[in-house]
Amino acid sequence: MSAATTTYGVEPSGPKPRRVTPARIGIYAFLIVAAIFFLIPLAVMILTSMKPMDEIRGGNIFALPLNPTLDYWVKAWSSACTGRDCNGLAPGFFNSMKITLLAVPISIILSMLNGYALSFWRFRGSELMFGLLVFGAFVPFQVLVYPIIFALSSVKLPWGGTLFGTLPGIVIVHSIFGMPILTLLFRNFFASLPGELFKAARVDGAGFWRIFFSVMLPMSVPITIVAVILQVTGIWNDFIFGLVFAGRENLPMTVQLNNIVRTSTGTVEYSTNMAATILTGAVPLIVYFVSGKWFVRGIAAGAVKG
Amino acid sequence: MATSVQIKDLSLNYGAVKVLDRLNLDIADGEFIVLLGPSGCGKSTLLNCIAGLLDVSEGQIHISGKNVTWEEPKDRGIGMVFQSYALYPQMTVERNLSFGLRVAGMPKPEIESRVKRASEILQIEPLLKRKPVELSGGQRQRVAIGRALVRDVDVFLFDEPLSNLDAKLRNDLRVEIKRLHQRLKNTMIYVTHDQIEAMTLADRIAIMKNGVIQQLDNPHTIYNKPTNLFVADFIGSPSMNFLKGDLADGTFTTNGVSVPMGSYGFVGSPNGKAVLGIRPEHVQVGEDARKMPFQFESEIEIVEPMGAETVAWTTLAGQSLTLRADAEVDLQPGQKILVGFDPARGSVFNAESGNRI
Ligand SMILES: Nc1ncnc2c1ncn2[C@@H]1O[C@H](COP(=O)(O)OP(=O)(O)O)[C@@H](O)[C@H]1O
Ligand SMILES: [Mg+2]
Repeated sequence: MSAATTTYGVEPSGPKPRRVTPARIGIYAFLIVAAIFFLIPLAVMILTSMKPMDEIRGGNIFALPLNPTLDYWVKAWSSACTGRDCNGLAPGFFNSMKITLLAVPISIILSMLNGYALSFWRFRGSELMFGLLVFGAFVPFQVLVYPIIFALSSVKLPWGGTLFGTLPGIVIVHSIFGMPILTLLFRNFFASLPGELFKAARVDGAGFWRIFFSVMLPMSVPITIVAVILQVTGIWNDFIFGLVFAGRENLPMTVQLNNIVRTSTGTVEYSTNMAATILTGAVPLIVYFVSGKWFVRGIAAGAVKG
Repeated sequence: MATSVQIKDLSLNYGAVKVLDRLNLDIADGEFIVLLGPSGCGKSTLLNCIAGLLDVSEGQIHISGKNVTWEEPKDRGIGMVFQSYALYPQMTVERNLSFGLRVAGMPKPEIESRVKRASEILQIEPLLKRKPVELSGGQRQRVAIGRALVRDVDVFLFDEPLSNLDAKLRNDLRVEIKRLHQRLKNTMIYVTHDQIEAMTLADRIAIMKNGVIQQLDNPHTIYNKPTNLFVADFIGSPSMNFLKGDLADGTFTTNGVSVPMGSYGFVGSPNGKAVLGIRPEHVQVGEDARKMPFQFESEIEIVEPMGAETVAWTTLAGQSLTLRADAEVDLQPGQKILVGFDPARGSVFNAESGNRI
């Protein structure tokens, strides 16, 4: 009997064998082509950053460097000229770090509290408030640049000067501009949690802060990671706010990069420019690589009831 | 008996929508009250008002003799159990149980002894170190009950605590809740849309519709003397048979068939359009039907064997009539059989107002 079945092929049992179908080949082909398409510029940049100028001028942009060197990376980091100063990107890196490390926690803590209050502690006008915040997320920020310059300039600091063109100034600007979208993110996350959880905590006698810290905060880790990623990349990549509000002492890395690329002392030094660009983009890239898994998980968490 | 919870003229509106309308309810100390009604009738809203989770629009709530209308939930002497369990997902069972006590700043030894006692009563000691995700539905709900238990409250509020459980667990836990009530003798207010839970657990059932209590009475009275058509239809499965007709001089006439009401306890001598309600289990067939004051010959249309009993459909005067017979009685579709019932055991309602007459 078993002979009969083997004669006519294997009876289906266990996992279905995977076949290589044309559709599957097509999908992989597309993915590989897409990956190459996006990786080519990066590869060219890395290759170019390690070649001296005459090699760049003479050769193919895809050619491997004959004598690979990291000199241009060092130069980009520490001695390339941005206008009159020749300290490289390093000061910009530390400025961007300062701005990011201050503005990210501030905006996230405020937005989280906002989202929590708007979801659970409804008050008269809370819907209106939420509406305004959401609206805020869609206002083109360019129209606000001048009013904010005016507002920051009108705040006098005790040690002289105004908030405009200072580190606190740029941190405040980033914190405020991050709030609408982050509040939306957090409110929707909290709104997706079962309301009975909040009620149970109220019956247990917990108040606004206790419920926030003991119940809500521990559940918010995935969504907070999403917020951190959004904010770090957003603030790191910012150019216009840094240029306008940070002041000469606190110019972020993106602005310094622009200055390096545009400061020409005779010839355009592609190697240094490439190295500087990769250095500037490294932080968001690293953040994505490290947190990609968490990012997806956090985005999905909104849909899963806690 | 002393009153435990007293609700006076309670109203709750969402904008123009009146969810509760001047509702009054007195609950005795140690009583098990079930709020029963279809989904959306305002049961949870009422419970949330009692708990202090919703601000009432009008009226007062008294608990243990104290007016708590403006009190915070924690100061009302209530514990609450929710349908979704609402356990704190990041805390172990032990910390879930003790959360309320820790918030209140209770000394550690006292917390420990209370958690110990509650977990003994509910038999969840082996689970104390686990997180809620590692528990089954029944275990989670037990922990949720424990969270109310440790707080040593006067009044327990349950909002459909068994609705998320499968049928078997629901039965088990229902019995456990009843046992818990007999042991603790606390006042319990229990919301459900499941009439079996209501009938089995309640000392008194409050049947609600559109935010108004239709009838508040013990399960026996609710079942046998429903105060209006809504209650009569809502309670009982399969539901009560309703025959439309006219009532005149103690005789009910439906489509030309006269049913003498016999010893039915009418208040006064009402006449006019009426509805006669007969429970399926009061309809007899075959030999048993012969003893009934009202008999008629009819044809069985559909038969549903349920195991313990058989439900069958027949007609009386052109209207569908359900009956419940012993499983031993052999009923076949198309069979002609004698059917009978005692009209005095039925319920008669005014056709217009729907009220019992
Ligand atoms: N926040 C709200 N805003 C407006 N209407 C509500 C709100 N919450 C509940 N309702 C309405 O109140 C009624 C009663 O709800 P509820 O008490 O939850 O019913 P149930 O008896 O099923 O527990 C429903 O009709 C519901 O639509
Ligand atoms: Mg409900």
